[in-house]
Amino acid sequence: MNTTILLFLLQDGITNGAIYALLGLALVLVFAVTRVILIPQGEFVTYGALSYAMLATGQVPGTVQLAVGMGLVAFALDLFFARKALRARLVARSAALNIAFPVGLLAVTYKVAGPTTPMAVNIALALLIVAAIGLFLYRIAFQPIAHTSVLVLLIAAVGCHLALQGLGLVFFGAEGLRGPALSSAAVTAGPLRFTGQSLAVYGLTIAFIVGLWLFFGYTKTGKALRATAVNRLGARLVGIRTSLSGQIAFLLASMIGAISGILIVPITTLYYDTGFLIGLKGFIAAIIGGLVSYPLTAIAAILVGIVEAFSSFYASNFKEVIVFTLILPVLVLRSLAAPAVEEEKD
Amino acid sequence: MSALLSVADVHISYGKVEAVRGVSLEVAGNEIVTIIGANGAGKTTLLNAIMGILPLKGRAAFAGTDLAPLDIEDRVATGLSLVPEHRELFASMNVEDNLELGAFRISKATAATSLEKVYALFPRLKERRKQLAGTLSGGEQQMLAMGRALMGAPKLLMLDEPSLGLAPIIVADIFRIVGELRAAGVSVLLVEQNAQAALRIADRAYVMELGEFVLSGAAKDIASNERVAASYLGFQHEGESAI
Repeated sequence: MNTTILLFLLQDGITNGAIYALLGLALVLVFAVTRVILIPQGEFVTYGALSYAMLATGQVPGTVQLAVGMGLVAFALDLFFARKALRARLVARSAALNIAFPVGLLAVTYKVAGPTTPMAVNIALALLIVAAIGLFLYRIAFQPIAHTSVLVLLIAAVGCHLALQGLGLVFFGAEGLRGPALSSAAVTAGPLRFTGQSLAVYGLTIAFIVGLWLFFGYTKTGKALRATAVNRLGARLVGIRTSLSGQIAFLLASMIGAISGILIVPITTLYYDTGFLIGLKGFIAAIIGGLVSYPLTAIAAILVGIVEAFSSFYASNFKEVIVFTLILPVLVLRSLAAPAVEEEKD
Repeated sequence: MSALLSVADVHISYGKVEAVRGVSLEVAGNEIVTIIGANGAGKTTLLNAIMGILPLKGRAAFAGTDLAPLDIEDRVATGLSLVPEHRELFASMNVEDNLELGAFRISKATAATSLEKVYALFPRLKERRKQLAGTLSGGEQQMLAMGRALMGAPKLLMLDEPSLGLAPIIVADIFRIVGELRAAGVSVLLVEQNAQAALRIADRAYVMELGEFVLSGAAKDIASNERVAASYLGFQHEGESAI
């Protein structure tokens, strides 16, 4: 192997690793706040990517109708759980979020969708659609069982993943899609050629990490989310609604997933079920970070990307095997290092 | 004057075991009320149920609002606040962040004045404001838990065993501050095993045994009651058994 190939592989690995880092961060965020291991993270990636790709061809993706449907269910749930103390303000708020927001989105999408719609509008629409789906997914599937064990939440997460993947097949078909690149510019540095797309990947990853750091460190909402992660009862006692924290966590995670999808769909063809594998790689990074550490997760994600790049060069048949095997020594080490932890009872 | 907190004929159970049976209690504005009793009498259970952490059967109203349909978060918004026995601080966040989150439900301007007041009550917290809550001493953690609760400008502060496991000098400090809260217009419902100290600062007291109130009245009268003195204050009168 010569230096050029080495650099190429590193570059490729870092680009993919940056995406895994974003997904890993979202997983850590969601787990810390809600204790949900977000298996459907991969579906947020595909939904974001493929909705964007369909919008780019001028079609209206089925995801926007799904958002409306889920909003209706979420609204019904809100009414049902508040039936004993139904207040006008509460109903109005719920209607605005669960009905007006997705219906508005649907209307805008139908109005503007077309082959000549500017890329920025398509990106914004894809993001908002997936954000709505993420928000409602928490409301429908996880909020009613928020107090159950991690295992029950995990089973629900697997169910959501399967359901969303099936719906993905309905919306996008079995054929893969590609989306237009954010920028066709390219920079050459020595033997390496950086496409505008890969630069956007780096830039957005860094922006998201910095943004999350600022959000958690300096805003009231961010601190409230951290507080919920650290001590759920303590958070409730100061009046932080854990359900709201969960919704915000899911909102952020789904937007991060959608962004990742929009970033990679110009580089690789995505199918309705590709997201799962991509999400799993973010999951490996998150596990290496112990599902708690953001910086460790980001570093591990880059590592996963690099290992993947090199193994696809040397033994492409075993690419996935090698990447997923990474998790074994980590789990062994972690189980040796950490004392047995019993799940908290509450 | 109508009661701030009024609880009537409350029953609380853990499964089939009834931990609190037919308890009624009132706390008026600007009043310190204490519930004393042995370990396991149901004092903590009662406070947790009033806060909404546990479900209760019976009537509970705060500031004229029925508490039954309200979640913990809504009860906080009505001006009810609990400092739980285990304090439930945000251990990996610093003192200032903990306090800031205590004011989660109120406006920024009010929060700023609340912070001034809390720092005036607990100067120690100001010195340690950048320290992580988990690294504070037990007494400082108790101060922080109280400070965090006060940041939300509650009308009634419920304190669960604030003196538990603390050095006597710190206990004295904490009880002095509880006394000052009344002057600042905050009512206090205090659950304590340290009956002597609690009765000294309280206006009224309830004595709890095995899930029921067996005695209630002015703190002075309770303190001089022979049975209470024998059971909880460590005095023994002629011819009385300690139990």
